[in-house]
Amino acid sequence: MSFWQRKRREAELDDEVRSHLEMAARERVERGEAGVEAERAARREFGNVGLVKEVAREVWGWGSLDRLMQDLRFGVRMLAKSRGFTAVAILTLALGIGANTALFSVVNSVLLNPLPYPEPEQLMTLHESKPNFEAGSISWLNFRDWRKDNSTFSMMGLWRNLSFTLTGAGEAEQLRAQLISSDFLPLLGVKPVIGRFFYEGEDEIGAAPIAVISAGFWERKFGSTPEVLGKALTLEGRSYSIVGVIPASFKLQVGWFRASEVYVPIGQWNNPLLKSRAGGLGLHGLGRLKPGATIQQARADMLRVTEHLAEEYPDADKGIGATLIPLKELMVGKVRLLLLVLLAAVGFVLLIACVNVANLLLVRSAGRAREFAVRAALGAGRGRIVRQLLTESMVLSLAGGGLGLLVAVWGTKVALQHLPSGLPRANEIGMDWKVLLFTGGIALLCGVVFGLVPALKISRPNLQETLKEGGRGTGGVKQRARGVFVVAEMAMALVLLIAAGLMIRSLNALWRVNPGFDARNVLTFGVSLSPSMRDASPDAIRATLRQVQSKLASTPGIRAISLSWAAVPLSDDDEDLFWIEGQPKPASENDMSWAISYVVQEDYLKVMGISLERGRFFTTQDNERAAHVVVVDDVFARKFFGDQDPIGKRINLNNKGGAAEIVGVVGHVKQWGLDTDDKQSLRAELYFPYMQLPEEAMRLSAGGTGVLVRFDGPMEGTAAALRTALKEVNSDQVMFGAQTMEEIIAESLAARRVSMIMLGVFGGLALGLASMGIYGVISYLVGQRTHEIGIRMALGARQADVLRMVLGEGMKMVVLGVVIGLLAAAGLTRLMANLLFGVSATDPLTFAGVGMILTLVALAACFVPARRAMRVDPIVALRYE
Amino acid sequence: MVEKKARYQNRIELLQGTLDLLILQTLQWGPQHGYGISVAIRSRSGELLRVDTGSLYPALHRLEKQKWIAAQWRISENKQRAKFYQLTASGKKQLTRERSKWSQLSEAIAGVLQAEEK
Repeated sequence: MSFWQRKRREAELDDEVRSHLEMAARERVERGEAGVEAERAARREFGNVGLVKEVAREVWGWGSLDRLMQDLRFGVRMLAKSRGFTAVAILTLALGIGANTALFSVVNSVLLNPLPYPEPEQLMTLHESKPNFEAGSISWLNFRDWRKDNSTFSMMGLWRNLSFTLTGAGEAEQLRAQLISSDFLPLLGVKPVIGRFFYEGEDEIGAAPIAVISAGFWERKFGSTPEVLGKALTLEGRSYSIVGVIPASFKLQVGWFRASEVYVPIGQWNNPLLKSRAGGLGLHGLGRLKPGATIQQARADMLRVTEHLAEEYPDADKGIGATLIPLKELMVGKVRLLLLVLLAAVGFVLLIACVNVANLLLVRSAGRAREFAVRAALGAGRGRIVRQLLTESMVLSLAGGGLGLLVAVWGTKVALQHLPSGLPRANEIGMDWKVLLFTGGIALLCGVVFGLVPALKISRPNLQETLKEGGRGTGGVKQRARGVFVVAEMAMALVLLIAAGLMIRSLNALWRVNPGFDARNVLTFGVSLSPSMRDASPDAIRATLRQVQSKLASTPGIRAISLSWAAVPLSDDDEDLFWIEGQPKPASENDMSWAISYVVQEDYLKVMGISLERGRFFTTQDNERAAHVVVVDDVFARKFFGDQDPIGKRINLNNKGGAAEIVGVVGHVKQWGLDTDDKQSLRAELYFPYMQLPEEAMRLSAGGTGVLVRFDGPMEGTAAALRTALKEVNSDQVMFGAQTMEEIIAESLAARRVSMIMLGVFGGLALGLASMGIYGVISYLVGQRTHEIGIRMALGARQADVLRMVLGEGMKMVVLGVVIGLLAAAGLTRLMANLLFGVSATDPLTFAGVGMILTLVALAACFVPARRAMRVDPIVALRYE
Repeated sequence: MVEKKARYQNRIELLQGTLDLLILQTLQWGPQHGYGISVAIRSRSGELLRVDTGSLYPALHRLEKQKWIAAQWRISENKQRAKFYQLTASGKKQLTRERSKWSQLSEAIAGVLQAEEK
């Protein structure tokens, strides 16, 4: 029934009842009763007019809706009357609900939503398990056998990221590219916008050079014209024929894979190690399970396949297995704990907000005790009053929820800008129906949670008491409820603050970790030589590299420079296999020793500020014509030579031209990160002179080599000057990926820093809300007890006694809250142990310090009303009553 | 308030069948307003049946909703505006049904009572 129909019926019912009463009265008058008397009698005979109307109304089935509207109208009116209260309550809730919604939308998009590919649960990433690497790279030859021999995957693909120099299409530029096998895109269910992807066999070594480009690149370079198919793209000086365009919606980011501008079949890679079964080239696989196949079956299947390969090629494949990790797990596994900890933290904030609003409502409802007592006396049932109060709190929470949604939209945007760039699936984050449902759900839940306690309390009034005492009588029950609220708030705020404190201590400990090098004023970037150098002789490449190096070194502000190949601390890693001379050559590569491999020049120590401990570092004389030398770090020296002096010893390098003499020992560098390096099994480090690189590697380095410089002055200016200098040597040379070492370190700590900041913000919010809560309760108590305090003072209590009494009251709650909070924190912080570094999850210093801070803040919050109590003038207080 | 309302509703239920019958029967003699119906029932029952207004109006509205009676605002003989109820065609059928049900019921009850007397 529509609203207007209802209105009309309502009026009709009124008229009908009125006409009934009039007729009844008239008849009585006609029988001789007096006018007023007759009217009263008619009314009495009729019964409860309102009730009759209500029952009649219910016949039409709009009673409950009608009542809700009535409650709503009344609730809104009551809330509008106390604007201050309403504003504080709604803002508190909006903050709590908004923060929760924002974080939930992140958790929802990152952890809960399925990946945007068909049957995403069938997607598994594939890796080789080998000594030192649980999820190491797969060699191309092994992959081909895996693909051929397995029986549980419907498709299997391979990927590797690479950068290409693009020439012949405007200014030379460095493109991010992915080397992929034929099945990679089809198994993800990606369909080309136009053209096609790679056919079977087109990913083999020696196949024709073809490429797929991204929709963005298609638009930027070709204006999205369909005639792009068959056009040539010059990458690294080679011409690739474009066969298809990949849609812009493809945004996969996993491991080192990034949705890129160009995709090229893996077989096009000119890396000679591609043909080596033992090559560790950073290739990783992606497979789609056959429908119905489980990951256990797939693991068993791959075990069979790899065991068979180990028999067939013991030299390369002995001890090599396959590691299967679900795609989603690999993408989001690392951030799961962080996000869940943050979600829990923000949940605490919401709880505190709810408790605070419940407290406000309690205080307010105490002021309305008379109103409800009167209503109860007039016949309002308890259910009716509870419903009325719940309607009011629902109005509050829904308003808070609505505002919170706005806070969330804004908050998510801000948070995304500050979350680590590595946050997986960040591009998928957004609002959807699940988020809206969540917000609506928690808003309603909040309304019930903070509305129910005050509603139940107030609706059970001692009528006589309340009416008689003029609103002064508030039972001890309500005080206890308030006390419990404050204790709970204190406890929850403490848990949050301790979590934040532990993160701060972890980060502090991390910043104090010596990475083994001086990250300040170090810039790292890549340089690719002109594509015309790709097929040049190693001598010519060396000459060009020397030219580039001396040109860059003479750029103003550059203090030291070193070319760098292979590993870079905290970012890229590469390994060398070797055996110590004097020992027999190991039967297979699997029996050789491993070391992290840095290929650098003579000034590297100066650039990185790494300490030389013994012997010497490289000089310009350690060049292609000189005998091979290496430098090792102290971890290497201890691990392989114990107490012996490694200097003068010789090792055989498997892939770098045989024997080399150890000429120096340098300090260890934390390659694997400030936090995890100590826990890694592979930590020995080996330095090799750049100019002594074997010929194939030297050829590869023309396509892109790393450069590290130590500079003075601002970074931007230096990078720009270097770029100009590079172009002056050859305009086809490209500089790419410039980043300072400090940025690299900061990035490695970003996830922790963000969680620290967010926990800090939540903790601060909780502290503020909890202080507000205790301030409100103590103020209220003081207000209620003005009379009593007046009497006490009249009877001789001193101001200090009153102060002590009020503070004591507050402190009882605070101390209880802190104790409970400490116990809860001791249990809960263990869950975040994996996010901590250098500090135990129950760090006594943090616990004690935070407990103290919270107590002091709470004490300060109590002190303001306590002072007011102290100033009570007994005469005024007594007369007032 | 909740309990009171429940009491009223209980009484409606108790009277439901008969009250509906009485209202329909009363309206057979012509359109009548709520007050008139209550007066008519009272006088025709020899002042024995007093129709509670708390039951009458909900019953009237229920019957109206079921389209057995239709309502219209008119001026009464006392020059007063009142809502007159009037039997509809389906209301007449319903009346017949209710009457036969009632006579069956009263016969049955009478039968039981007489059997007991024997």
